[in-house]
Amino acid sequence: MSRDIDSRWSPITLAALVILTIVVLGGGFILLQTIQDYKILMTVFAVTWGLGSAALLFFVLNAIAETMPRKIRSVAVAFVFAGPAIVLLFWALVIPTLRTLRLSFLGPHADKFVGFDNFAFAFTDPIMLESFRNNLLWMIFGTSFCVIMGLLIAVLADKSRYEKVFKSLIFMPMAISFVGAGVIWRFIYAYKGEGFNVTEIGLINAIVTSFGGEAQAWLLVPFWNNFFLIVIMVWLQTGYAMVIISSAIKAIPGEINEAAWVDGANSFTIFFKITIPYIMPTIITVTTTILIFSLKLFDIVRVMTGGNFGTNVIANEFYLRQFTYGNSGQASAIAVVLLIVIVPVLMYNLRDFRRRRVLK
Amino acid sequence: MKKILLILLSVLLIASFTLTGCQKKEEPAPAATEKDADDPYAEVRGTVVRMAGPFTDNDAIKFEESVKSFEKMTGIDIQYEGSKEFEASIGISIEGGNAPDIVDFPQPGLLKNFVEKGYVVDLNKVLDMGKVKSNFIQSWLDMATMKAPDGEIMAGIWGRVNGKSLVWYNKKEFDAAGYKVPKTWKELVELQKTILADGDSPWAVGIESGAATGWAATDWVEEMMLRTTSLENYDRWVAGELKFDSPEVRKAIDAMASIWFAKGMVYGGRKSITTTSFGDAPKVMFESPPKAWLHKQGNFITSFFPDNLVAGTDYDFFYLPTVDTAYGKPVLVAGDIYAMFNDRPEVRMTMQYFATGASVEGWVKAGGAISPHKDSKLSWYTNAVDRKVAEVIQNATSVRFDGSDLMPGAVGAGSFWKEMTAYVSGAKTLDEALKTIDASWPK
Amino acid sequence: MRKKIKLNRSKSNPLIGIVLIVIVVLWTVPTLGVFITSFRDSRDIYSSGWWTVLPHKDFVKTGEMEMPSELDPDQPIEIEGVTASFNEWRNGIEVEEGRTLKWYGNKRTRKVEIFEEKWIGFGANLNLQNYRDVLSAGEIEYTDGEGNTISRQGNNFSDAVLNSIAVSIPATIIPILIAAFAAYAFSWMEFPGRKPLFIIVVALLVVPLQIALIPILRDFTKWGLNGTFVGMWLAHTSFGLPLAIYLLYNYISNLPRDIFESAYLDGATPFVTFVKLVLPLSIPALASFAIFQFLWVWNDYLVALVFLGDKNRVVTSALAAMVGEKGQDWHLLTAGAFLSMIIPIAVFFGLQRFFVRGLTAGSVKG
Repeated sequence: MSRDIDSRWSPITLAALVILTIVVLGGGFILLQTIQDYKILMTVFAVTWGLGSAALLFFVLNAIAETMPRKIRSVAVAFVFAGPAIVLLFWALVIPTLRTLRLSFLGPHADKFVGFDNFAFAFTDPIMLESFRNNLLWMIFGTSFCVIMGLLIAVLADKSRYEKVFKSLIFMPMAISFVGAGVIWRFIYAYKGEGFNVTEIGLINAIVTSFGGEAQAWLLVPFWNNFFLIVIMVWLQTGYAMVIISSAIKAIPGEINEAAWVDGANSFTIFFKITIPYIMPTIITVTTTILIFSLKLFDIVRVMTGGNFGTNVIANEFYLRQFTYGNSGQASAIAVVLLIVIVPVLMYNLRDFRRRRVLK
Repeated sequence: MKKILLILLSVLLIASFTLTGCQKKEEPAPAATEKDADDPYAEVRGTVVRMAGPFTDNDAIKFEESVKSFEKMTGIDIQYEGSKEFEASIGISIEGGNAPDIVDFPQPGLLKNFVEKGYVVDLNKVLDMGKVKSNFIQSWLDMATMKAPDGEIMAGIWGRVNGKSLVWYNKKEFDAAGYKVPKTWKELVELQKTILADGDSPWAVGIESGAATGWAATDWVEEMMLRTTSLENYDRWVAGELKFDSPEVRKAIDAMASIWFAKGMVYGGRKSITTTSFGDAPKVMFESPPKAWLHKQGNFITSFFPDNLVAGTDYDFFYLPTVDTAYGKPVLVAGDIYAMFNDRPEVRMTMQYFATGASVEGWVKAGGAISPHKDSKLSWYTNAVDRKVAEVIQNATSVRFDGSDLMPGAVGAGSFWKEMTAYVSGAKTLDEALKTIDASWPK
Repeated sequence: MRKKIKLNRSKSNPLIGIVLIVIVVLWTVPTLGVFITSFRDSRDIYSSGWWTVLPHKDFVKTGEMEMPSELDPDQPIEIEGVTASFNEWRNGIEVEEGRTLKWYGNKRTRKVEIFEEKWIGFGANLNLQNYRDVLSAGEIEYTDGEGNTISRQGNNFSDAVLNSIAVSIPATIIPILIAAFAAYAFSWMEFPGRKPLFIIVVALLVVPLQIALIPILRDFTKWGLNGTFVGMWLAHTSFGLPLAIYLLYNYISNLPRDIFESAYLDGATPFVTFVKLVLPLSIPALASFAIFQFLWVWNDYLVALVFLGDKNRVVTSALAAMVGEKGQDWHLLTAGAFLSMIIPIAVFFGLQRFFVRGLTAGSVKG
């Protein structure tokens, strides 16, 4: 397996490989188009072809890179490894981002330069200020609840015999689409009004009224309605935190824990002195991704309140301005603001990488 | 890695095995017959016209049925792609250079965005406008004329219309209780009082609609505008010349508030208006006993009624009477406008066809559509309720289009919805709401 | 040995079990509600809460009586010896033990219904109709002008499942493959621009994918990729890459340095090291990311709507179309939501066994 560090692919083999790759890529694509109506055949073929050609592409590119002169070989190989990802990202995300940056200085129809008008709007408009406040709530409370609950469940489940059952049940909401989640939570917060003949079909109102309380329109309660929406995100996303943290906990070498037990440490000491420090990088990762998720979040708000009643968030306002109001200037400015807001989180992550000496 | 693949493949296989049973064969596409010199449609036979719009479910099928004869005659295959997120996706398709040939807009305001950016084909240049103009009354033609970068163009053809000024009621229970259909505003007020005295709420109102929450409230405001001020003021208001924060608009909103916010007048109370979905709102009328008695909405609302109700015996509607008789019998309407994005012979032919009553005949007969075309016949309306809606529109002294659909998107599909919702829920005062709407009007 | 310790611990601490059960119950109740709702009749959904299908004590109507027409409901009304106002009667009054009288409807009905409080078992009206409707997916019926009932097969849900699979599996594995290569390069290889490129990747996490839709669609239109599965994979791969690289980087960069050094000393090329060492070692991370990417792709609606269109409907589009104009058909939505959960849950169970302990620890020596 490992004696071939100087061996190069013969040019003929290499040429044959390249041709084969092109044939597989092109031929497969055409074939895929022609068998679209035979669903099962197409699906099986699509899966094999898609994976096969991606793997083949890497293999051939690497083979080419390995024929390079020694001096640049390691750099060439590195670019083969990172290249496809970088190319795709530039095409799909970086260029559109730059385009957005340009649009953010143009008017609603992208025809005239308006300077910083769009940004003035993004930072002063009352609806934007409300959205900023709400996003802050989502980021602080949504993220911390998700991570703490995920950590708690992962640690506790690790000690339980029924770990798989518990984890699967917590994970289940992740498999539900936002439309489905919207339906579920409407049933929980539903409010039918006051007066005669009103039967509450919302779970919370049913509980409240059965204890003699008065039914509330939960999604209309100013300020607090944000928290009722955040609960939905916690419900959906805790599974994510749990799965990742749980796999980190399982990677803790058993000997460490056992040594601590032998030394007479109790569960709490082990948790705070061994588990937490060991999985800290994972916790930072999870926190970062959920933080970003809660910054970009808009589906829950859109489905549940449409951004009304003081629950609007930045991403929803972006979506509205871009697609409903047809104002690409203001929408782009909002997207740029989203990018700026995340800079501190980004800085923290990079500092952490540097501290762990992984990104020199 | 292999194991993951194995598992995914087995999932796939299981899924395919369980699903093979319900495989459906695609209908073979209409075969292109050999070219014939006598065939007037030889040029377009076998071509495809791509359409996009918001029709899904029943509406999509009714649409397809109604263009079938045209497809058979000309050999053009009209492929309609309907989507619920139409408003968002159509902008992406058009700006992404993948515009369908014909797009069906339920909101002329949205079409206006694309006309302004110069994406829409001017029908004056490509259609036989003599035929088109003779088949529509002037106000429809006016509403289809929009400002493009290089002057005014005819941006679209009106296909299907909805009447909005209709009050629905549970006819069986309504008659059994001995209530009388009101012909004037005064009688309506009396009816409200009677129902209140009998211990029930007269109205069922709901304006929740996900991201579009509030549109049902804007309909009410428009109805009240038409009934409390002149048509000129209504038109000025829609065009942005009359501010929301003006005595006229305030008067209209107050007229609405006098019903919505009065104690016991709306089932569930003021707060429930914003939490009740517009489609669920009328359902309480059909419970036993009915929990509310009246519901104002366009004729499309009947598809939200419980199944198995018979039009004309289980439910019926009456025209929402005018508050001030000086303003005649105005009717609020909405409708679909077809706009053309790619100029090809088969697309022209299809657009020309949409300008005739025949293009909606099938739909009218199936129920749920009102034709704006002059050459359509009242006898096409097979159910009494639809015919009555058509009559209401025909008998109207004036017809006005849903104002919020004509306003720019930022107002008509934005602040107007949102601020009315905030006002109704009690989060904002009327003053704050009106000022915010005025401020959001694009300069 | 370890297993024994684990068992002992869980026995010695029942508190853990209780806390877990409480959390799990809280987490499951919403889903349970929808599960039950998906079997209920569409009318029941609006008139009573889903928990009423559980056994509970409720009022059951046992009879009714007609009030004399000369009775004035605006005055206090006397029935069976109890005098009360109309509103009180309407809310119901218990005239004697277990017998409640309730005025039906408004003052015009003159009808009073008799209720008795009884236990209600599982006799609720539950059936599979909603599931049948979803699976036949809009066997749509309407009556045309001549009174004929026309029914037509709508969009086929099973086709949609296949389409979703064809979209999701490659759109899950391809980004993982590409991201794993990239993450390895970023963490263990030297090349110019490594650091700035990596910062860009992390920064891209926050870019909302909506800004990319129009530019990508333009390219797809040019390349003829609209409405193809290849286009979907490209789009989902690109949108999933930042998170995939970020997550895998965190894992791969934390692998012990010694394994790479020993591989290098053995003379392995980076490609071999990656395929033979990094991929197997990263399976827990790969598997957990695979789950999330699969779920996101499976539950995606917007990307499918824009790039795949109507012809090859995926499950989410089929659901959305089924709900269609009657946006409030909760009975169909709940059933559809459950059907669309089956495959993601199966994938989760399938991948769960890869999150096993000690993978890293065991292979350091090798």
